[in-house]
Amino acid sequence: MAFTLYSLLQAALLCVNAIAVLHEERFLKNIGWGTDQGIGGFGEEPGIKSQLMNLIRSVRTVMRVPLIIVNSIAIVLLLLFG
Amino acid sequence: MHPGGLVAAGTPRQRKWPSKRRTPVSQPGMADPHQLFDDTSSTQSQGYGAQRGPSGLGYPAASASPQAAFLADPVSNMAMAYGSSLAAQGKELVDKNIDRFIPVTKLKYYFAVDTMYVGKKLGLLFFPYLHQDWEVQYQQDTPVAPRFDINAPDLYIPAMAFITYILVAGLALGTQDRFSPDLLGLQASSALAWLTLEVLAILLSLYLVTVNTDLTTIDLVAFLGYKYVGMIGGVLMGLLFGKIGYYLVLGWCCVSIFVFMIRTLRLKILADAAAEGIPVRGARNQLRMYLTMAVAAAQPLLMYWLTFHLVR
Repeated sequence: MAFTLYSLLQAALLCVNAIAVLHEERFLKNIGWGTDQGIGGFGEEPGIKSQLMNLIRSVRTVMRVPLIIVNSIAIVLLLLFG
Repeated sequence: MHPGGLVAAGTPRQRKWPSKRRTPVSQPGMADPHQLFDDTSSTQSQGYGAQRGPSGLGYPAASASPQAAFLADPVSNMAMAYGSSLAAQGKELVDKNIDRFIPVTKLKYYFAVDTMYVGKKLGLLFFPYLHQDWEVQYQQDTPVAPRFDINAPDLYIPAMAFITYILVAGLALGTQDRFSPDLLGLQASSALAWLTLEVLAILLSLYLVTVNTDLTTIDLVAFLGYKYVGMIGGVLMGLLFGKIGYYLVLGWCCVSIFVFMIRTLRLKILADAAAEGIPVRGARNQLRMYLTMAVAAAQPLLMYWLTFHLVR
């Protein structure tokens, strides 16, 4: 199976793009995954759902600017080299 | 230097190690780095002494220099001192910066192995059923080096096993006339990509299940790298004895790795009570148990996936 490191990088870039595209107001709130809906009290165990919501929010915040750069590079490289 | 070097230049023995036998008029590019610092003739010393300093990082320039005339010349002496100070500065800079990206001191722990450890660990990987105590011993809060504790993870066996797997894959492809050099790179890249994907998936699931564990990323890479040993065994048996041998040995190694991973990860992922064998009820521990079993079950699958196309 031709599963190389490069295809892993491409898949990772696409996945991070997919997470970054989820809109807070139009989509996440409507399915109950908004960031102000999930954070419970200082209980012991944040469940899986709140961990996921935290993860989505942090990815969207942290990766916004690097994603612009990496996407531009990827677009230029794909245009030039196919 | 060896006086016969000039005369005996024609013999094949001399040609094999030209850097040690040739006189200073040889090309500097062909000599080894140690030779680069020693072998400066008096006509070229001023130019090369300072240039070779930063390029030969880490090698003390003041090592044994046989020509006395070279040392007596004060200008070349200064040049050599300058070159060696530049080399030391460069080495410090590289060391300081590389420690930021790759934790070198932490990595050194994983390579502190000796032959006894490697032998016992390989035996444990193929036959983990009789081993009783799977706890890692600690010494004042730091885990003991792998040399002293067979349960400690190391990176030597996974690294060696990975490289051996690539070579054995090349051998297997070669015996079937399917070999070409870029296939080796493809195999290496593919195995590395699967390893990275596994590590990322496990890290993600550990984060989601909020396991408070001291399982570091390098530990995880070490544990996931142990399956290459079984893969090598399977492919080699497949080369010798055909498909029957391959399936038998791979099946045995799969079960062994499954048991090994469960027993090792149970101590790291599950809570202390459950790790001692007492089945603790609770959604949290159940989830952790499922996670351990999923990680362990993924090993045989990947072992099969990465080797079945090599054995025909």
